[in-house]
Amino acid sequence: MTVFILRRVLQAILVLAITSLVVFLGVYAIGDPLEILLPADASMAERAQVTASLHLDDPLALQYWNFIVQALQGNFGRSFVFNRPALEVIFERLPATLELVTTSLILSLIIGIPLGFLAGTRPRTVTDETIMTGSILGFSLPNFWQGMMLIMIFSVWLGWLPSTGRGDTGTILGVRTSYATWDGFVHLLLPATNLALAQIALVIRLTRTGVQETMPLDFVKYARARGISERRILSVHVFKTILIPIVTVLGIEFGSLIAFAVVTETIFAWPGVGKLIIDSINMLDRPIVVAYILVIVSMFIVINLVVDVLYSLLDPRIRSRAS
Amino acid sequence: MSEHLLEVRGLRTWFETPKGTVKAVDGVDLTLNRGEILGLVGESGSGKSITGFSLLGLVDPPGKVVEGDIRFQGEDLRAASARRQRALRGNRIAMIFQDPMMTLNPVLRIGTQMIETVQAHEKVSKSEARRRARDALGMVGIPHPEERIDAYPHEFSGGMRQRVAIAIALLHKPDLIIADEPTTALDVTIQSQILSEVQSLTRDLGMGLIWISHDLGVVGQLANKVAVMYAGRIVERGAVDDVLDRPRHPYTRGLLDSLPMENDRGQPLRQIPGNAPPPLNRPEGCPFRPRCARASEACLAEPAETGTAARAWRCFHPLEQTGVFA
Ligand SMILES: Nc1ncnc2c1ncn2[C@@H]1O[C@H](COP(=O)(O)OP(=O)(O)O)[C@@H](O)[C@H]1O
Ligand code: SF4
Ligand SMILES: [Mg+2]
Repeated sequence: MTVFILRRVLQAILVLAITSLVVFLGVYAIGDPLEILLPADASMAERAQVTASLHLDDPLALQYWNFIVQALQGNFGRSFVFNRPALEVIFERLPATLELVTTSLILSLIIGIPLGFLAGTRPRTVTDETIMTGSILGFSLPNFWQGMMLIMIFSVWLGWLPSTGRGDTGTILGVRTSYATWDGFVHLLLPATNLALAQIALVIRLTRTGVQETMPLDFVKYARARGISERRILSVHVFKTILIPIVTVLGIEFGSLIAFAVVTETIFAWPGVGKLIIDSINMLDRPIVVAYILVIVSMFIVINLVVDVLYSLLDPRIRSRAS
Repeated sequence: MSEHLLEVRGLRTWFETPKGTVKAVDGVDLTLNRGEILGLVGESGSGKSITGFSLLGLVDPPGKVVEGDIRFQGEDLRAASARRQRALRGNRIAMIFQDPMMTLNPVLRIGTQMIETVQAHEKVSKSEARRRARDALGMVGIPHPEERIDAYPHEFSGGMRQRVAIAIALLHKPDLIIADEPTTALDVTIQSQILSEVQSLTRDLGMGLIWISHDLGVVGQLANKVAVMYAGRIVERGAVDDVLDRPRHPYTRGLLDSLPMENDRGQPLRQIPGNAPPPLNRPEGCPFRPRCARASEACLAEPAETGTAARAWRCFHPLEQTGVFA
């Protein structure tokens, strides 16, 4: 296991190095931040001064080298727009996004798995057909349209839930979170649901297929032959078996959730990194964009590692092969 | 007459498929008493497993027990509620499957699967259930049961896994065990070890055992009684020595001839010519007719069972009652 983790960490460093180069080149090849940072009537002297202070006239290789040296010390430069350290700006916004994404993930599990079981254990019944039709809608309707509908129904017509912004936050175990206050919680509901809809549909499908593929297996019949109750067969034998593919797919999906959060955060004016990155791209705020991408890539690497570890915890056969 | 442990009369289990009705089990009678081992023999596809599943009420759709009487210690199992059937399964009637690699859940520890089996039928604490599971593992000869109980199925060898399955079957000291080709996947040495252990367990615990196998040789080693199955029916049955020494049905004779014998090693085995009839298209009359050297016009009708309650066959031209092996 130690060797396994060590190898993964080395891989991670390599991936980060390559990503940093690609991102650096990509971002620096496009656009001129001076146009945004300076007023249109700025003098040549002003231009030269800003260029020098941002080291924009250094050779590209030197700029990259300086960037890496600084990045290794946790310094991704100052945001052109906020005039504060880029990392600080990102970490200020990241908790809101992570809160949104994890809430959707949890929603998709606690709603998707039971519905998937319901459909999977009653194939081709009205229950099954209804759930599956619902999941097709969850998949195929555009995310932003679903968001608008949620706002229409729950905020405009029913007036139950707020539609914009993050509510009051409080601190639980040293983490600032919306869960600490009722106002924060109700503000979280609509955006989290919006982000979760496609995931719920995905989890329903995975669960349903998993249940249908697992039920005819010999170990289910053997469990019945031992007099094990149907309830325990489903909640232990089948559940533990299908958790393996579900965890794998959700690990991969975590990334696409962060990506989709951009849309959701825009619709619901959620102050997370998704909204920040859209603004920063528009403003050509290079340090933020670069730091954002590297932070997200690091998160992906950590998530993948967590999924692999979970995987081996869930499947004893993999665990003994690894050791 | 006294009550039998198990009495099956006219059991029919059919599968309704889009292509027609598969009569997997088509009129099977079986009788078993305590302390007896019944060998149920036949080629693959003859309906042995489906017979076993029918007894436990575990036939999966589209299969269904359509007819027959299953009495277990006098109780009508087909009329029993689902709840009652579950209470009997794994408790009074246990089943051992062919390959415990496929039947034990790979993601759960052996101990978990044994403890749940104990607790499915008895209100005992987890530690008490675990103690019983460990004792059962020790009883079937698994070394270090205290440690092995926490292992996963794939951490056992084939022979040890089969012992685990036997240990699970013994957890509640059942009255009847149905073992479906449990040693087929094992090598000969381990197989005969397990056979002799199973034999003494059956005798000591006073259980009834139905041993399903395609191997008449194994059954000859182990069983008291034998029932030979062909195309969903019992074509010959009787005491094991009688059937093996003086087979009356040509199919039984064919099975015996195809066994490898000590004294003609190196000679090709004499297989029964032809194949088992396709289940959707069985020949009219005696289903063995296309493969039978003794077939005549008469065999276009269905042979009824002739003989006594203890010794019977279904054939119009049974073999003479002389010993085959002098
Ligand atoms: N799900 C099913 N659908 C249709 N036919 C089946 C099904 N399961 C078993 N059968 C039929 O039942 C017959 C008996 O099968 P089985 O009892 O497994 O044979 P055995 O155990 O003697 O090898 C086979 O001919 C097979 O075609
Ligand atoms: S009834 Fe006829 S065909 Fe069938 S086994 Fe006997 S002799 Fe052969
Ligand atoms: Mg079989």
